[in-house]
Amino acid sequence: MLTPADEAHHINKHLFKVPFVCGCRNLGEALRRIGEGAAMIRTKGEAGTGDVVEAVRHARAVLGEIRRLQTMAEEEVMAYSKEIGAPYELVMETRSLGRLPVVNFAAGGIATPADAALMMQLGMDGVFVGSGIFKSGDPAKRAAAIVKAVTHYNDPYILAEVSRNLGEPMVGRQISSIPEAELIAGRGW
Amino acid sequence: MAGKLLRIGVLALQGDFAEHIAMLRRLGVEAVEVRLAEQLDGLDGLIMPGGESTTFGKLASDFGLIEPLRKFGLQKPIWGTCAGAIFLSKDAHRDQPLLKLMDITVERNAFGRQVASFEVDLDVPALKAVSDDDVPFHAIFIRAPLIDSVGEGVQVLARLEDGRIVAAQQGHWLATSFHPELTGDPRFHQYFLRLTSAQK
Repeated sequence: MLTPADEAHHINKHLFKVPFVCGCRNLGEALRRIGEGAAMIRTKGEAGTGDVVEAVRHARAVLGEIRRLQTMAEEEVMAYSKEIGAPYELVMETRSLGRLPVVNFAAGGIATPADAALMMQLGMDGVFVGSGIFKSGDPAKRAAAIVKAVTHYNDPYILAEVSRNLGEPMVGRQISSIPEAELIAGRGW
Repeated sequence: MAGKLLRIGVLALQGDFAEHIAMLRRLGVEAVEVRLAEQLDGLDGLIMPGGESTTFGKLASDFGLIEPLRKFGLQKPIWGTCAGAIFLSKDAHRDQPLLKLMDITVERNAFGRQVASFEVDLDVPALKAVSDDDVPFHAIFIRAPLIDSVGEGVQVLARLEDGRIVAAQQGHWLATSFHPELTGDPRFHQYFLRLTSAQK
């Protein structure tokens, strides 16, 4: 995992032709990254753990904040933008769209088809899975099952079906058992 | 028609189906996500979105959708955008599951990788059927395919300046290499809805 070389600033992503995906834990962080030019957002979750709880926390934070933003009186939006440290124009755009202005993936701890479907049910546009697949007993089979779970996230019968006989899952680490200093999600701001 | 609402399906296996659904709803049409064969029942037309055509093919094969989609397409209008156009075609020059309905061949990733994606204004005379707006159509090409040959009975709707084909129609089938659903311009959707009403 990379560690930041600059403790105060993020890269100006508008200068690049290649699209950037950036991590976030809440709406303010997401809109700051979009302001800098991110083409896609992913929830940070806690990468490499196989524990989906942080991904859920971050998805709930972003989506819940958007719902709150939509019920706010317009004159409250400027103070809210200040409070979450996000560009006012992007806050207004998010408010009228009812979603982030860019595609929003769930990531960081997804290891089973059920995890993937859960994230889709929460309202994410898609999921990123890394070690959840590659560190499992049968990566190809698990990858195919997770793809199907994302497509059919609202169909319990198909979810049960694709979750069968997937071999060993990755060996997970419960986030609550990891010392604070080793956690990744807090890197960036 | 007699005021009857059109019911349009959007293939929702993968890709940008949400953007198509938003555009259809904006146009006052009932839009339905299609993931399984039975969800095709009662639809007047189907849009296959952009995305990744091999993924469409694999998921459609695994969930028994290929034949139902083909059968649907023989009766009802289908429009494929980008990956959807590949999936609608007869041949994509490689072994992958396709509906093989429309008599076009396509070259995948014809412009290169993601960084070679571009936007360009296209002259699409056929859109005059739905709008008096005589402005070009702003077309977004994302790792787009090209229609590299069309069979008899296929009408070319749009070409790039160098003559390469990026939109075509064969009867009630429509293929575009670009993504009208990502613009605010509803004319291509209106054009498809017109096809669909005529067929209904």
